[in-house]
Amino acid sequence: MSETNTIQIQEVTKSFGKKVVLKDINFDIKEGCIYGFIGPSGAGKTTLVKMIVGMDIPDKGFIYLLGKKMPNLNILQQIGYMAQSDALYMALTGKENLMFFASLFKLDKTEKQKRIAYAADLVNLTADLNKRVSAYSGGMKRRLSLAIALIQNPKVLILDEPTVGIDPELRLSIWTELLRLKNEEEKTIIVTTHVMDEAEKCDYIAMVRDGSFIATGTPRQLKDQYEVNSLEEVFLDAGRKVQ
Amino acid sequence: MRTVALIKRILLQILRDKRTLALLFVAPLLVLTLMNLVFNGNTVDPVLGVANGNQQLLEKLKGADIEVKEYNKVSNVNETILDKNLDGFLQVDGNKATITLLNNDPSIAKSLEMKVKQTYSKEIQLKLMGANAIRSELPSQDLMKTNYVYGSSDTELFDTFSPILVGFFVFFFVFLISGIGLLNERTTGTLERLLATPIKRGEIVTGYLVGYGILAVIQTIIIVLFAINVLDMVLVGSIWNVILINIIVALVALSLGILLSSFASSEFQMIQFIPIIVVPQIFFSGIFSIEGMAEWLQVFANFMPLYYAADALKGVMYEGLNLTDISSNLYILLAFSAVFIVLNLFALKKYRKL
Ligand SMILES: Nc1ncnc2c1ncn2[C@@H]1O[C@H](COP(=O)(O)OP(=O)(O)O)[C@@H](O)[C@H]1O
Ligand SMILES: [Mg+2]
Repeated sequence: MSETNTIQIQEVTKSFGKKVVLKDINFDIKEGCIYGFIGPSGAGKTTLVKMIVGMDIPDKGFIYLLGKKMPNLNILQQIGYMAQSDALYMALTGKENLMFFASLFKLDKTEKQKRIAYAADLVNLTADLNKRVSAYSGGMKRRLSLAIALIQNPKVLILDEPTVGIDPELRLSIWTELLRLKNEEEKTIIVTTHVMDEAEKCDYIAMVRDGSFIATGTPRQLKDQYEVNSLEEVFLDAGRKVQ
Repeated sequence: MRTVALIKRILLQILRDKRTLALLFVAPLLVLTLMNLVFNGNTVDPVLGVANGNQQLLEKLKGADIEVKEYNKVSNVNETILDKNLDGFLQVDGNKATITLLNNDPSIAKSLEMKVKQTYSKEIQLKLMGANAIRSELPSQDLMKTNYVYGSSDTELFDTFSPILVGFFVFFFVFLISGIGLLNERTTGTLERLLATPIKRGEIVTGYLVGYGILAVIQTIIIVLFAINVLDMVLVGSIWNVILINIIVALVALSLGILLSSFASSEFQMIQFIPIIVVPQIFFSGIFSIEGMAEWLQVFANFMPLYYAADALKGVMYEGLNLTDISSNLYILLAFSAVFIVLNLFALKKYRKL
């Protein structure tokens, strides 16, 4: 049943203290597709992706990634993760940051150099690679974080609000690249966002509100189901129904 | 491999951070120098009167930065010392000798006594070896008796101060800088990011220990060499032992610093650990007599790493003890850091369960 399911989320519940942040989430993610977790800030998107990466564990339920129960150290080799807030070493240059993270994965020397050049080029940072990160703009830091997520050529990409603070032109080129990675390299990609027009580009969407998936499906399916023309309206309608 | 990458990164970050570099390598030297100036106002060579000493001994004493004045037999030693403004008087009688110290400034008296004892016992040993090849080492106490014009051998406040200071500064600066290092890793989110890679918790702890350990070793060697060669602190035992003790002190400080950083959420909170963790250790390090404390208070000393460090340092620097004499102190210090390192592995669990 699960030969094409890259990620399985089963009955996952998570609370911080008394606050229930995720309620009984069930969701399967198929190989080679782009998934969008859409929802307002505070909905629980970051909490969910962190558990998929294995940085946190569910209170109840299980998450399987490539057939292995998370958290699992070896599987991390296959996950490219981009955190919501940039976690970079300010005193180091962009290249040194890439080098460092590349060294944490199993990559040989030539492969490392190739991946660094590729990732930097992808996010348009090649010219600024030898500058210290402390001199980077917000958008440049975001792009460097994305490059780091791609550094070990992972099968699965988990990107937490990857396009925040990035100008429209670069945002477009990043999405073009994400689609290329999906189509040519069969990567499985999860993107969280609160921007609805990005949601249109995803193969599947999960709308998250107050810790629950209030609607899931392809953009087409969702719009048909709610008989509306935009995902924004789907989100509002689905939200009303829940209440 | 991952550990090596982490070590390289830590060193590169520190190298780029000139303020931290200065705090590590320059600040301890400045403070030590200042302390030295305050407590040992006069760096004038002590003046020693000698009666009956042979020429070889006199030369050796002069070589040890002592101003030597020769006297014939004197009737009242104490009066001579006071009249002639001497810091001490050495009377040689065959293989026995008596040193009388003015002792108005215990730090001068103590260092003079140490220098003379050391020089004299070496001299005697040479003589004995040359004469009848007796290998037995005569303890210096038996060779030389010490008298005091003022006070007694218990007059010690600042005399044992300097070895403790060396250990303290190694502890303090390594504690602070390694703690803030890991703290920054946490507050900037890079620690969490790091834990989304296949790196193991043990590799992170090892990377931090070795990375900051390399800096700590360099710092320790600079401080020790500076204290002994530039500030002329008394050193009777081996300098290698002094360095060894301080490197172990640095290891304790390092493991404690990175451990406590997980209980701080800002650099300021790290600074708040200083009055709680660091300052009490000074009180129990032997600057103030521990025997004089209430018994329940004395118990605390057993939990203070610096207490053991100070004991070992005093032993080597003042009393000339060798490695076996201080080994129990070193084992206890190593046990401290082992405990802290294990606790570190658990503290990191907060960030990733694996
Ligand atoms: N470590 C934490 N401790 C306590 N509450 C948390 C923690 N992380 C997240 N939360 C809470 O969980 C909820 C969901 O947060 P998050 O997953 O970051 O949402 P999103 O990414 O969708 O904006 C928020 O209300 C947030 O305050
Ligand atoms: Mg979020």
